[in-house]
Amino acid sequence: MTQAQIPLETTSTIHVEHLPAHAPWKWYDYFTFNVDHKVIGIQYLVTSFIFYLIGGLMAVAMRTELATPNPDFIDPSLYNAFLTNHGTIMIFLWIVPAAIGGFGNYLIPLMIGARDMAFPKLNAIAFWLNPPAGALLLGSFFFGGAQSGWTSYPPLSEITANTAQSMWILAIIFVGSSSILGALNFIVTILLMRVPSLKWDQMPLFCWAILATSALALLSTPVLAAGLVLLLFDINFGTSFYKPDEGGNVIIYQHLFWFYSHPAVYLMILPVFGVMSEIIPVHARKPIFGYKAIAFSSLAICLVGLFVWVHHMFTSGTPPWMRLFFTISTLIVAVPTGVKIFSWVATLWGGKIRFTSAMLFAVGLLSMFVLGGLSGVTLGAVPFDVHVHDSYYIVAHFHYVLFGGSVFGIYAAIYHWFPKMTGRMMNETWGKVHFVMTFIGTNLTFLPMHTLGIQGMPRRVAMYDPQFTAINQLCTFGAFFLAASVIPFMINVIWSWSHGEKASDNPWNALTLEWTTASPPIVENWEVLPVVTHGPYAYGGNYVPETTDVTADVKG
Amino acid sequence: MKQIPASLLTLTAGILVTVISFWVGQNHGLMPEQASEQAALVDGLFNVMMMIATALFLVVEGAIVYFLVKYRRRAGDDTDGIPVDGNLPLEAFWTAIPSILVIGLGIYSVQIFQEMGGFDPSSHSMISHSHVSAVVAQAPATEAPMAGDMVPLLPAPDAAKPAFTPKYGFGANPDDPNGQADVVVNVTGMQYAWIFNYPDSGITTGELHVPVNQDVQVNLVAQDVIHSFWVPQFRLKQDALPGQQTGLRFKASKIGTYPIVCAELCGSYHGGMRSQVIVHSPEEYETWLTENQVAQQQTPNAVVAVNPANLTDTEFLTPYAKELDVKADALSHLHTKHTMMPAMVAD
Amino acid sequence: MQGSTLNSPEIAVEATLSPAMITHDAHPDLRVWGLLTFLVSESLMFGGFFAAYLLIRGAAAAWPPEGTEVELLLPSINTVILVSSSFVIHLGDVAIKKNDVAGMRKWYGITALMGAIFLLGQVYEYMNLGYGLSTNVFANCFYLMTGFHGLHVFIGLLLILGVLWRSRRPGHYSDHKHTGIEMAEIYWHFVDIIWIVLFALVYILTLF
Repeated sequence: MTQAQIPLETTSTIHVEHLPAHAPWKWYDYFTFNVDHKVIGIQYLVTSFIFYLIGGLMAVAMRTELATPNPDFIDPSLYNAFLTNHGTIMIFLWIVPAAIGGFGNYLIPLMIGARDMAFPKLNAIAFWLNPPAGALLLGSFFFGGAQSGWTSYPPLSEITANTAQSMWILAIIFVGSSSILGALNFIVTILLMRVPSLKWDQMPLFCWAILATSALALLSTPVLAAGLVLLLFDINFGTSFYKPDEGGNVIIYQHLFWFYSHPAVYLMILPVFGVMSEIIPVHARKPIFGYKAIAFSSLAICLVGLFVWVHHMFTSGTPPWMRLFFTISTLIVAVPTGVKIFSWVATLWGGKIRFTSAMLFAVGLLSMFVLGGLSGVTLGAVPFDVHVHDSYYIVAHFHYVLFGGSVFGIYAAIYHWFPKMTGRMMNETWGKVHFVMTFIGTNLTFLPMHTLGIQGMPRRVAMYDPQFTAINQLCTFGAFFLAASVIPFMINVIWSWSHGEKASDNPWNALTLEWTTASPPIVENWEVLPVVTHGPYAYGGNYVPETTDVTADVKG
Repeated sequence: MKQIPASLLTLTAGILVTVISFWVGQNHGLMPEQASEQAALVDGLFNVMMMIATALFLVVEGAIVYFLVKYRRRAGDDTDGIPVDGNLPLEAFWTAIPSILVIGLGIYSVQIFQEMGGFDPSSHSMISHSHVSAVVAQAPATEAPMAGDMVPLLPAPDAAKPAFTPKYGFGANPDDPNGQADVVVNVTGMQYAWIFNYPDSGITTGELHVPVNQDVQVNLVAQDVIHSFWVPQFRLKQDALPGQQTGLRFKASKIGTYPIVCAELCGSYHGGMRSQVIVHSPEEYETWLTENQVAQQQTPNAVVAVNPANLTDTEFLTPYAKELDVKADALSHLHTKHTMMPAMVAD
Repeated sequence: MQGSTLNSPEIAVEATLSPAMITHDAHPDLRVWGLLTFLVSESLMFGGFFAAYLLIRGAAAAWPPEGTEVELLLPSINTVILVSSSFVIHLGDVAIKKNDVAGMRKWYGITALMGAIFLLGQVYEYMNLGYGLSTNVFANCFYLMTGFHGLHVFIGLLLILGVLWRSRRPGHYSDHKHTGIEMAEIYWHFVDIIWIVLFALVYILTLF
């Protein structure tokens, strides 16, 4: 607990880019190499949203293809390029940068009472690694596009579209480096830069979630990088790490890949869990139920999550003892996740719930994550997983977790923190239209996929057995509806950013530190650093700030 | 509402959830037809998981909806909710319940896994080979040269090599006293077809034929990229890996025709890599065996003629075009990638 | 500092902040912590390579395969040089803590020299092995892992040279301002530790 008392006299200091405290950023500052964590956070959010739209269009093309059993809409190779890049973009250029890079960067210093991240320049470098990665992925389409799935298993990835595959590898190494640099910045910032009056148990749960996420990213991403470097050498420099007829082994890649890529699932969901723990108490006007349980469960998920990766390889070259060990470890991960869900449900109990758009998305997430979590438990059991592995059941499961979970969480976070970021409120009516459309679209698209998978439809196919036509058409219809749901959101964001109602400093009457500064915050966040006087969720007592500025459009 | 005590309501809800969960667990109708001995085991486990999942789903979603309605903010109310921030016994309870459930599920899964033969994927052995040879009364050695024709295509199942012992997959039923397979089939996955070779009779086909209620050992290997052998009605799946030996063991329990699908992305026409398994009565199987043996012995080159390695991709895939649902001109697009494979070029 | 109860309804009264913490322009120098965190990540990348190497080795019949044996004498000398350079660089750190910039420059100069000798030795070894990167899977592993480590030695060397370059200016480093020196030292120790593991795996383990 001495982190705050480092005597400044004996420690050398570095100077933060010292800008005049009263010059707010201009619009063009957002297109430059800027070291302010708030600018970087918004850069991440806007960039990743553009990639979300691109990845979404790929999904629409794939669903259009799947409206009929025959490959009659796009060339099957292009279909495979779309499925590869849809997955890659949605994971590496949308959810991870939006949830960790965007909200993490914007909120962490504000929540812990710091003026910036520990390493502002490194932070900017980490962001600027993302656009070239996206350019590499999109540019790879001139060479046919990487076609071996976001998993890129050799030997397929070594004999298909070599140039595009190499560009894909470089793109992943770029975003991986970005992720590592971001993670070390978060860890140092959260551990060592909290305002002295902020105690460990007063730290918002979002910070705990980002801490756990960063630890995971730091430990698992380099292993993926190692695996991909070997793949790159196999493709371009004549090595044979994964070439079985020359002494290599294709299973090694799968271990290196999944050692990162299972934790990657937690990279995408843990920050969103943190967002949930911020939004639900504010809009339910209740203290979070079980602060310590939620904080520890993030750390438990982080720890156990490092030892479950082989459940992606149950039907691969996996010996029996490994199948059983990873069955048990996978099932155990369900416990901390369940604890979080129960805690949020209990937070709703006895509240005064305001159905703002942010709260609707948070509650929508809660209800859908239950389904995604339960299907996840069934997948942990090896005998059942053997049946549905690599089928549409998997597609259904991870879209419930990553769309119904992560994307809903990102939407909730945008509605919640938009007033802080822009100084203007979002339109609540359009927000509700957006929510209803997204909720219906998600369930219409992904719920029927469970049946498809159990009945025997494999994933990643451009053509399928005609017996599955009807359900596929339902999914395709749902996907179009889901795609359309983005339109009201985009109109709302663009309109509100320029013409929305002015937001007060604390429109939701929240208690975390980011609401103690102006909306949008000044360049170094505060004139005088705030002093923490209560816990982040201490609602329901007489110490809540006067509710003078409840905005008119929060009627619930 | 006021008249009915809360405990009675809770009890009723509990009974209702239990009844619905049991019913859903037995009647969800999600699984396809059961056509192997293992299928019944997997379905039993799935039904239990479905039952637990339904109960949890109803309780949690019910609580969410109930709380959202009951604790919604009323117009004009700007106060906060009740300042409750935890309850240790309750938290311990909802940590313990899932823990017990997942440990129970874990033990049950291990049990099912063991009954499916997962503990010993290599239980197929040379003994079973000679056992089958004796029954079929055709020494496999005499067939070796013929199988040898397939060497460039099928390196692993070559009869001259030591017996194929799968390291990964599913093995014999542990309750089976002798643990020997009645039929052994060597399966090769390639872009985009399955080739089935019966080492005891020398038959090579594009479809799997097996007798009902007999122990079948499937030895899997991939020639080019990873494929995955999946028969949904058998609830069994195992990747066919280049350079590694994997296998599946099953007893088909129902006469009929079932799909075999490739479940691992293997290239552009991965979705078209479909075949079927035909489960025969023992008599029909013998007839099929004899007919094909005679046919292939009379024209031993027939095997070579259908050897895909000797064909261009278009020629090879044309017979499958109907199955693949692609037109011949679409197939010609394939050749660039296909001919890159070393094995193909070697021919 | 962890006195108040969780979400306590009472206002936790806080002591006022020291004025130094509120100033706009400075926060404690955290670069050493950043580097240490980064090195944890780096070591796992090597960990990935080592794991792949051991798995491939475990499946191989002969390791290394005939014709791609490694030499032992030169790498052993190289190992001695690199390991002892870690002690030398530490002397430089000790010197700067006594405000002895010249001493620091001497020891860091010697370290840089030892690092350069190590790299040249490595290049000499590559040129005399008689096989290349793509000869077989052992050669793949050998060149990739030693090459990747060599790249790290090279970066470490650049860091040391950077320290020497900056130390020309009097007063740039002193007994209470030498984070750059410390970071170069930490990085050098890291490169050294990785080499010891690498040497054990690629050279020593081939003897058995």
